Amino acid sequence: MKSIEEIFNNLDGELKGHGPVAMKNLVEKEGKNVVGTYCVFTPYEVISAADAVPVTLCSTSNDTIDEAEKDLPRNLCPLIKSSYGFAITDKCPYFHFADIIVGETTCDGKKKMYEYLDEVTPVHVMQLPQSSQREADFNFWKNEVVLLKERLEEKFKTEITEERLEKEIKIKNEERNTLKEFYELAKLNPSPIYGTEIFKVINRSNYTFDKEIANQRTMKITEEVLAKYNQGEKRISKDAPRILVTGCPMGAATLKVIEAIENNGGSVVCLENCTGLKPNEETVDQDKNPIDAIAEKYLNTPCSCMSPNDNRVELINRLVEEYQVDGVVDMILQACHTYNVETKRIKDELKESNTPYINIETDYSQSDKGQLGTRLTAFLEML
Amino acid sequence: MYYIGIDIGSVGCKGVLFKNQIVDKKVLPTGWNPQKSGEQTLNYLLEANNLKAKDIKGVVATGYGRVSQRFADKTVTEITCHGKGGYYLNREIRTIIDIGGQDSKVISLNDAGDVIDFVMNDKCAAGTGKFLEMTINSLEEQIDNLDNLVKDDKKAKISSMCAVFAESEIISLLADGVSKSEIAGGIIDSIIDRINILLSKITFQEKVLFTGGLAQSEVIKNELSKKLQTEVFSYSNSQFAGAIGAALISKDML
Repeated sequence: MKSIEEIFNNLDGELKGHGPVAMKNLVEKEGKNVVGTYCVFTPYEVISAADAVPVTLCSTSNDTIDEAEKDLPRNLCPLIKSSYGFAITDKCPYFHFADIIVGETTCDGKKKMYEYLDEVTPVHVMQLPQSSQREADFNFWKNEVVLLKERLEEKFKTEITEERLEKEIKIKNEERNTLKEFYELAKLNPSPIYGTEIFKVINRSNYTFDKEIANQRTMKITEEVLAKYNQGEKRISKDAPRILVTGCPMGAATLKVIEAIENNGGSVVCLENCTGLKPNEETVDQDKNPIDAIAEKYLNTPCSCMSPNDNRVELINRLVEEYQVDGVVDMILQACHTYNVETKRIKDELKESNTPYINIETDYSQSDKGQLGTRLTAFLEML
Repeated sequence: MYYIGIDIGSVGCKGVLFKNQIVDKKVLPTGWNPQKSGEQTLNYLLEANNLKAKDIKGVVATGYGRVSQRFADKTVTEITCHGKGGYYLNREIRTIIDIGGQDSKVISLNDAGDVIDFVMNDKCAAGTGKFLEMTINSLEEQIDNLDNLVKDDKKAKISSMCAVFAESEIISLLADGVSKSEIAGGIIDSIIDRINILLSKITFQEKVLFTGGLAQSEVIKNELSKKLQTEVFSYSNSQFAGAIGAALISKDML
C-alpha cells in the first residue's frame, strides 16, 4: 500500500477531467460554454444550471503583474493586478476559453479593474451589498442572483429552471461535503496531512470540472490517508504547533506562507480563507426555493468586505476549538484594506481565548521569503 | 560544561561562551561571508579559552546568517534569542527594543521571560542601523562618533523616514548651514519615531531593555528614555543579548 506521501504525489498524475486539457475538450468536443469567475461569492450553481462550465480564473502568479502595472496603479492588491495581467497577456488557459466573466463588487480595486477587463472579455458584475445581516441585503443580493440568471439565459439561449438549479445544488453540495470530510482529517492530532496538501486537494477538486470524478478522487484520498494513519503512519510530530491560516485568498505565489510555517516545524491544520474551507463549510439549503437558498448561502460568506463581519469571527473561534489550534496566522495581501483593517479585530477576539495571533503582510514576490521565515519561525517558537 | 551561542547579524557576528555564566564574548564584522565569520567567531572563543570542539556541549546559531552555519546543533530565531538573553541580563525586563543593522524589532516578554508578542520592521531601512549609517555618512562622519557629534538638545527636523529621501533632506539642511550636531539629533529622533510606531503595536510594559548595535550609543539610549518617559536599560553586554540567548537555549536543550 502507498504511503501518505505517495498518495499526494500520485495526485499530480491524475489528470482525468482536470485542468486546461479537460477545459479544451469541453469547449472543442462538447461545445460547452465557459464562465470565468474570481471569487467565492459567485453562485456556481446558477452557472452550471445554464449548462456552462464555471471556472476560477488565474490570479495567483507574480509573472503577469508587470504587464498589469502598465494600466493599473502599482500600490494595488497583487491579486487584482495578477488577474488583470493574465487577461491582457492571454496567459491563463481558462480565461482564454471564457465566454463571459462574472465578478462581484467585493472591493474598490476589483470593481474598477472589471471596467477595463470588460474590454477584453465581457464581464457581468454582481453588485454585492456591503452587509449581509439585514433583510434588505438579502433581497438586494437575491435580485442580483436573478439578474445573473437572466444574463446567462440570454447569453447562452437557455432556460435555467428550478429543476436544473436543484440538480446543480445537489452536485455542488456533494463536492463541498466531500472536501469537508477530507480537510477535517486535520482535526486528528497529530494531523495526518500538511497544509500544502489540504490546499492541493481542494485546488484539484476545483479544477476538475466533472464533479463526479472530483468527488471520487477526493473520497479515495480521504479513505487511503485515514487507513494509513490508523495503521500508524504519523508524519507530523504531536508536538508540532497546530496553525490556522486565515486572511486573503492563497495560491501559487503565497504558498510560501504555508511552506514557511511547515518547513519550520509548524503544522497547518486549517486554511480558513476562500481558497480553503470558507466556501465549503456551509452548503446550499436543499429544502428551500433554489434561488433563495443560493442567495442565502453565498451572502453568508464570511468575507472582510462585509461590515460588520461577525461571521468571520464566529467561524475562526469555532475552528480554533474544533481543530485544537495553537496559533493563528493572518495573511494579508498588500493593499487589501478590508482584511488589513480587520486584523485588529481578529487579534483582539483571539486574545479572549488566549490564542496567539500574528498577521503578516505580503505580496506575490518571493523576495520576502527570508523575513517571512524568521517572523513565522519566531511565532512558532513563541507557542 | 561549555555552551556557545553565535548571533550572525547583518553587520556584526557576536559569539558568547557560556558555563554557568558568561565566560567570554567576541564580536567580529560579518562581512560578505556570514558562514566564515560565524566559524571565525566560534574558533576565536575556543582558542582564546584553550578549548577543543569536544569541550563544547552545544552550539546554537541565531541572526539572519543562522541558516548557513554548519557547526550549529540548532538554529533559533533572533526574536526568541533576544527574549532569552534580555531576560538573562535583567529579570525585570518586559520589553526589548533591538535596533540592528538591517532590521529593528520590539519584543514583549511575560514574567517568565517568554516571548508573548513581537513586531519587526524588516521591509525598509527606516529605523535601522542602515538608516543611521547612510545618514551619518552624508555628514562625513562615522557611526562610532555619533555620541560626540550631538552637542546639545537642538535638533533639525528630518521628516522623511526613508533612508534615501532622508539623505537628500540632510544635504539640503547642510546647504542651509544647519550644524552637524543638529542634524545628528534629528537623525536620532527619526529613528526613535520609527521605534515608537513599532512599540504602539504591542502592549508596552516596563522595564525596557535596549539591544543591538545601536544600543552602544548613550545619546540614542537617553533620547529613547526621554521619549518613553521611563529609564531604558542598556548594558555593556546588550549587543550580545542574542548570542547570550542562543547559548542559554543550547544549555536548555540538554
